[in-house]
Amino acid sequence: MIPLEHFLVVSGALFSLGLYTVLARRNGVLVLMGVELMLNGVTLNLVAFSVFSDPQRLVGQIFAIFVITVAAAEVALALAIILRLYRNRQTANVDQADLMRW
Amino acid sequence: MNTFQVAFYVLALMALAGAAGLAWARSVVHGALFLILALLAVAGLFLVLLADFLALVQVLLYGGAVAILILFAMMLTRAREEPAALDNAQKPWAMLVCLLVFLGTVAVAYATPWPRSGSFSHVGFEAIGVSLFTQWAIPFEIASLVLLVAMVGAIIIARAEEQE
Repeated sequence: MIPLEHFLVVSGALFSLGLYTVLARRNGVLVLMGVELMLNGVTLNLVAFSVFSDPQRLVGQIFAIFVITVAAAEVALALAIILRLYRNRQTANVDQADLMRW
Repeated sequence: MNTFQVAFYVLALMALAGAAGLAWARSVVHGALFLILALLAVAGLFLVLLADFLALVQVLLYGGAVAILILFAMMLTRAREEPAALDNAQKPWAMLVCLLVFLGTVAVAYATPWPRSGSFSHVGFEAIGVSLFTQWAIPFEIASLVLLVAMVGAIIIARAEEQE
């Protein structure tokens, strides 16, 4: 029997590494991959809680399905925006999209 | 150590190696390959949790669709031809924040008395389907609407304009 805490540590590590990727990377595609990693950590967390503490073991999985759905929508839109950014400014780096920066 | 424990620790190590590879990869393509490794390892962790429907969804959606979308975006933005400066100036602060978030998560995970309910058991596809179309029908419909709107929006944003 694997303790619940080990799943939480793994998903926390996935979330933190995704957060680091989001904060420290310049390329928009890499930032997006970091967001995907964070969402995956959250999904793992939801499924672990659902298995360990929900008697029906169902609600967490349904939530995880919704998280994956919204993540799919998000990745399509974000990639379209990065494509548009590249076409307009010839760069995919998010820190060079500073037209409206104060 | 039974089979499940061995599988869990191997898959967890694979997921963390993929995540670390993504965080410190020196090219975008390597980052994408590490991301695919991490996502497939998470699918394996779902199997360890006996959530086989989610493992299938994870392989199909992340291992397939999202990975291909990301590779396409890399190809179209020519990210692979860019010079090595992939990290920005806030790298040390990002490291600090990431470390604090991780330590906070671990501390909370070990300090909280979680409710337990027995051993693992399998949830069939049928139970998930019935629950999704009865108890969660309205969120399901909203999710389908979100997907439709995102699809239309992505096509409109990414489409080349006539004068270009």
